[in-house]
Amino acid sequence: MVFKWEWVGQLAQGLPLTLQITGLCIAIGIGLGVFLALGRVYGKRPLRWLCSAYIGFFRGTPLLVQLFIVYFGLPNWGIRLSAFTSGILALGLNTAAYQAEYFRGAIQAVRGGQMLAARSLGMSLFQAIRYVVLPQAFRLVLPSWSNEFILMIKYSSIVFTVTLLDLMGQGKRIASRNFKFFEVFIVVALYYLAIVFVVSTILRLIERRIRIPGLGAPGEPH
Amino acid sequence: MGTLLRVEDIHKKYGKEEVLKGVSFEMQKGDTKVVIGPSGTGKSTLLRCINRLTPADQGRVWLEDQEITHTRANINRIRSQIGFVFQSFNLFAHLTALGNVRIAPMKVKGMKKAEATALGMEELERVGLADKADAYPAELSGGQKQRVSIARALAMFPKLILFDEPTSALDPELIGEVLEVMVKLAKDGMTMLVVTHEMGFARAVADEIIFMEHGVVVEHGSPSQMFTNSKHARTGEFLNKISELYGETD
Repeated sequence: MVFKWEWVGQLAQGLPLTLQITGLCIAIGIGLGVFLALGRVYGKRPLRWLCSAYIGFFRGTPLLVQLFIVYFGLPNWGIRLSAFTSGILALGLNTAAYQAEYFRGAIQAVRGGQMLAARSLGMSLFQAIRYVVLPQAFRLVLPSWSNEFILMIKYSSIVFTVTLLDLMGQGKRIASRNFKFFEVFIVVALYYLAIVFVVSTILRLIERRIRIPGLGAPGEPH
Repeated sequence: MGTLLRVEDIHKKYGKEEVLKGVSFEMQKGDTKVVIGPSGTGKSTLLRCINRLTPADQGRVWLEDQEITHTRANINRIRSQIGFVFQSFNLFAHLTALGNVRIAPMKVKGMKKAEATALGMEELERVGLADKADAYPAELSGGQKQRVSIARALAMFPKLILFDEPTSALDPELIGEVLEVMVKLAKDGMTMLVVTHEMGFARAVADEIIFMEHGVVVEHGSPSQMFTNSKHARTGEFLNKISELYGETD
């Protein structure tokens, strides 16, 4: 076993890209995911179907296939996106579908009486969703949503297949020069482990911070 | 004194079952009316048809000169003028007692936070819960929850409050504190339409009792008239049974 400290430094060059891609696609996923979830729960028929079809497609096909369609396939239609944009787009659209399902579950777990009470006070449907349903749904969804976040950190590694030099891409570049695949990828793995650790710690702190008695705490009825 | 609420020939079907078969009545400003009747006779549906939480199939409802049932009525504006107190409280689980009371004045009426907070505290004071302002619903007893939900309705300065069996989900020893608040409201001149089995409350403050069965109003009249010489045998029978079950005291 050989280990060289310089790998740690070289791999670190891929770290910002991994963080950027994860962060951006999570952000896209929240925005689009909430919209899709609301469309499925409150939307009228065509919108509801559209949202279901979207979620079905992105959950039913491999992420790698989706990435290849965007990066290698779209140019056939004259749409040329950079590797970075393709990665963000494919990962973002994909995680949106999964996040939508988590959000939908949480929205439906908010008791029906909450919506009724909000409407009885004169709130519009939009206000009731914004001020009553979503604040509760977000708290309910946080634990399962955190899992999706963690998954995306790891799934972001597939962007190396479209030439991006993220953590994984850097690792592959280094290892294919010195053939120390085992050692290099152990370091790559430790990098991912560290990111996952930091992110899940932060998410757990947020969860504790915004906890409200009787809402979303495990085992407690809400 | 003008008519505050006019309900005209309300019909409602759930599937094949007709829950309301043409219910009509009127309320004057300051009236307290109590709706009684066996369960499953459409009392709660009637309340929900009034502010359109459940749309009626047929019939019309007016709040003063606004037709609530009109398809182009500004339903949110009208609902903001009608308080609704639910059997299961439905307090917003993510907000404190104060948060529950002030959110609608802020979001529906655009009131400033400071002003809404002052108003919220005032209404909590009115139901005797100013000291629980910072408690979340899960930290309150059933009776306290229901009093907060009454305060939440009051903070919108409603012209009318609909009560849907407000004490039916409460432990017996907690019913008194809620009824006490409601009696006070009635005496302060609030217009109230109350679905309840609490005959003590009905006797104490109701201007009129409406007895419903199988989706129609069987009989209505003042409490003394209803209790002592009801026109229909069924009314007397029901009143006796309910008084026995729930007691006469309040």
